[in-house]
Amino acid sequence: MSSVRVLVGTKKGAFVLSSDGKRKQWDISGPHFGGWEIYHVKGSPADPSRLYASQTSGWFGQLIQRSNDGGQTWEPAGNQFVYDGAPGTHQWYDGTPHPWEFKRVWHLEPSLTDPDTVYAGVEDAGLFRSTDGAKTWQELPGLRRHESGPGWHPGAGGMCLHTIVQDPGNPGRMYIAISAAGAFRTDDAGQTWRPINRGLRSQYIPDPTAEVGHCVHRIASHPLRPSVLFMQKHWDVMRTDDAGDSWQEVSGNLPTDFGFVIDVHAHEPETIYVVPIRSDSEHFPPDGKLRVYRSRTGGNEWAALTKGLPQSDCYVNVLRDAMAVDSLDSCGIYFGTTGGQVYASADAGDNWAPIVRDLPAVLSVEVQTLQ
Amino acid sequence: MIRVVLPAHLRTLAHVAGEVQLEVEGPATQRSVLDALEARYPMLGGTIRDHVTGQRRPFVRFFACEQDLSHEPPDAPLPGPVATGAEPFLVVGAVAGG
Repeated sequence: MSSVRVLVGTKKGAFVLSSDGKRKQWDISGPHFGGWEIYHVKGSPADPSRLYASQTSGWFGQLIQRSNDGGQTWEPAGNQFVYDGAPGTHQWYDGTPHPWEFKRVWHLEPSLTDPDTVYAGVEDAGLFRSTDGAKTWQELPGLRRHESGPGWHPGAGGMCLHTIVQDPGNPGRMYIAISAAGAFRTDDAGQTWRPINRGLRSQYIPDPTAEVGHCVHRIASHPLRPSVLFMQKHWDVMRTDDAGDSWQEVSGNLPTDFGFVIDVHAHEPETIYVVPIRSDSEHFPPDGKLRVYRSRTGGNEWAALTKGLPQSDCYVNVLRDAMAVDSLDSCGIYFGTTGGQVYASADAGDNWAPIVRDLPAVLSVEVQTLQ
Repeated sequence: MIRVVLPAHLRTLAHVAGEVQLEVEGPATQRSVLDALEARYPMLGGTIRDHVTGQRRPFVRFFACEQDLSHEPPDAPLPGPVATGAEPFLVVGAVAGG
C-alpha cells in the first residue's frame, strides 16, 4: 500500500504530515525543533528513511538535523559551512564590495543515488556538498568563483542559493538558482559553471538582458525530460527546452506573472503549476483569491484551480520552496502558505483541501511517495 | 568545577536539563569554558560562537555575578565566584522579537 509523507518547514519548527495513498486522513507530527526556523526538510530518493533538515536561528545560527527513521527521531549533524579559500566579495545593496559571509542554509538537495551525499544551497550564495551524511561539508567553490561573482548582489531576502536541480540522466549536470544572480549550470559535477539566463528580461536591472543579475525564484523539471526546465522568475514564467541555453516566456494568460513556486506534474511533463502573487510590494494573491494555475501545454495557456481554496479575503503568500508533487498514480499536489495552511490535492489540482490550517508560516513543503 | 546555564533552546539541543557542570583545565575564561562546553556537547559548536572566528554570536550574551561579560576579552579571567563554582556562567539569548 502506498503512502505519502509531507515534510513541512515553518518559521517555528518542522512538521511531518502522513497519510495513506487516499490522502484523506492525515497524521500530524511536530513541531520538531519548536521555535527554530526550518528553511527546508527533504528526504533522500535513495533511502526515504533518511531525512535532512535545515534548522536556523537568528540567535544560535545554523544547524543541520538528520533523521534515519523518516522523521521520528533526529540527531544534529555537521554545521560547519566554511567557504573554500579567501571568500572574496560580492556587491552589497549600496553597490560597494561586501565580503561573502555564511548566514544560513536555504535548501538541502539529497543525491538521487546516495543517501549520504547531500547538497546545501546557502546564503551568501554558495553550494556545499557532504558525502558523509551531513557530518562534514565542503564547498564546490567553482560556482562562487565564477568571473561574474564579484558582481552578484542580494535580493530583498538576501543573496541566497535556493534551488538545486539534479539531472537524473547525467550525473555531471546540475542547475542552481541564486537571488539575485540568476540560474547557472554545471556539466562537470560542480567544478565549473556557466550562467544560463539568455532570454530572461528583467526591467528592474540596468541591462534587462544581462548575463547575470536576474531574480530567479524557482526552477523545476520533470525527471524524464531533464533538459526542459520551467522557471518562476521575479516577474515572468519561463521555459527552456535546451537545458537553459535559451529561455522563452510562457506567462500567457496568468493574472500576474509574479510568484515564487513552480512545479511539474509527476506523470505529465507538460503540465505545470504556479501560484500567481501580486507584487512588487503586496505579495498576496490577486483579488484575495488563492488560486493555483495549471497549464497542460507547458505554459502560455493557464487555467485557475479554485475548488477548495479560499476565494475571498485571502492574503497569504506561497514561498519559493513551498510546493511539491507526489508520484502516486493520481498525482498529488501540495503547497503551504505564510498563513500556516498546507493544502493538498489528490487529483492533480482539480480539488483541494487543507491538511492543516494553523501552522506557523510555511517556508517549505516536500513530499515523499512511499511504497 | 564551573557551572554553566544555557538558554532553553540550547538545553534542548544538548539534551540537558538545568545547569551544566564542567571541569576546566587551567584558568577559567570564556574561551576555556566554551571549549570545555563544546567538547562535552559537540552539537553546541557554532551556536554560541562562530566556528571559524570564535566570536560570540551577536544575539548571545554572557552574564555572571550580575555583570555583563559579553564584551570582555575571551581570555580574560572570569570572576572568582564563577571559577570556584559559587556562581554560574550564564549564556543568554538576547531578548529580540519574532
